[in-house]
Amino acid sequence: MAFTNEEVLAGLAELITDETGISADEVALEKSFTDDLDIDSISMMTIVVNAEEKFGVTIPDDEVKNLKTVGDAVTFITSHQA
Amino acid sequence: MSTSRIVVTGIGASSPLGGTAPESWSALRAGVSGTHRLEYDWVEKYELPVTFAAQGAVRPETVLERPVAKRLDPASQFALIAAKEAWADAGEPEVEPDRLGIDFATGIGGVWTLLDAWDTLREKGPRRVMPMTVPMLMPNAAAGNLSLHFGARAFARTVASACASSTESIVNAYEHLRDGLADVVIAGGTESAIHPITIAAFSSMQALSRRNDDPEHASRPASIDRDGFVMGEGAAALVLETEEHAKARGARIYAVVAGGGVTADSYHITANDPEGHGAARAVRLALEVADASPDDVTHINAHATSTPVGDPNEYQALKQVFGSRIDEIPVSATKASTGHLLGGTGALEAVFTVLALRDRVAPPTINITQQDPEVPIRLSGDEQPLGDGPQLAISNSFGFGGHNAVVALTTL
Repeated sequence: MAFTNEEVLAGLAELITDETGISADEVALEKSFTDDLDIDSISMMTIVVNAEEKFGVTIPDDEVKNLKTVGDAVTFITSHQA
Repeated sequence: MSTSRIVVTGIGASSPLGGTAPESWSALRAGVSGTHRLEYDWVEKYELPVTFAAQGAVRPETVLERPVAKRLDPASQFALIAAKEAWADAGEPEVEPDRLGIDFATGIGGVWTLLDAWDTLREKGPRRVMPMTVPMLMPNAAAGNLSLHFGARAFARTVASACASSTESIVNAYEHLRDGLADVVIAGGTESAIHPITIAAFSSMQALSRRNDDPEHASRPASIDRDGFVMGEGAAALVLETEEHAKARGARIYAVVAGGGVTADSYHITANDPEGHGAARAVRLALEVADASPDDVTHINAHATSTPVGDPNEYQALKQVFGSRIDEIPVSATKASTGHLLGGTGALEAVFTVLALRDRVAPPTINITQQDPEVPIRLSGDEQPLGDGPQLAISNSFGFGGHNAVVALTTL
């Protein structure tokens, strides 16, 4: 059961809201985690850990720095689903 | 070195008796017990020998916003709630960040965070252990987070001296202010360690009351049939500042921190010195620093945890300092109502002592059945009036490790 892009975006928005209090409406594909959403590295890692569990994927530590925007994360997750 | 007196201008508490200092104080004066049966699956699952405790009356995660709460161990959540209340109560002092300090203690630290992470590691592997685990479990988490929240940059310090921790923090705050290191300090302590592992461990050492059929009456300091302490939970905070600073901003002043004393027993890792020498030295030291004599003391908030050996040891210490006058001094053993908040207990009792001076009343000690002749301190199930004259109260705390801490407070 693969997740669609829309489902991954909605799921990520939920995790981001839970971690930071940022409204889910603010979470869009083009938003940068650091510049737009003001997410620090430790929150980013918390979101990554929770996203791995939620979507059943592995996001290697080396890959996290390449996930600049929400869209990058959605693309990575949908293309690496088991 | 400041020549100004050190005063208390704000208080806050989230305790087994209430979510705020005024609620906790009202419940204490009304003789309420904060001890209840624990309604958790883990009590039966692990067949714990003790099935009750004095939990915080208001769950802290329901008070704080979720993004704030989820980055804090419950111990730090309680700390932040109590400190915010104290800060608001002090009128949100305007103070240079470099002149605002934090002295905030814990006895155990983030035990829930640590053991939740251990469960996660075993069940799901290392990748699922949350990145915030260490900053949440570290014992200085409360102090660090308070520094962040209030913009305190003078210092953020944590002492850990078990059940003496937060009295020691208040003594440290007093000394830091007196030494000119800050103008305002938020001082206090916190604990949230009602966990199966701590209940099992304290039970193993025969420290806890096992009155499972009557939790509300389990904590009964100085009563002849006391059988151990009751674990409590929560935090309390006091805003201390130099009198000069408080007066310059027109602050309401509750009381004066006149002195403090900290000593060590070097006797046994858990047992008190049966003759109470270390505790007596801490009381004497606090009075000496306060430039007062034992004859000036008008109220004592005793450590009085309700353990068979601890209570008479404290009496021995008090008897050494006060002689036969100990019979006349109104004493309160407030752990009868609150249970024992470990690293939070000294701060909560300091808040109660401040309010005792304000209202000129020693709060009641509930659950006295028959007073043990070996602990003949002047306790009462009713309030004891303190009179109209100048008041000097001491609050005692003693901790595993042989730590003794005493703070002396006076009316203005």
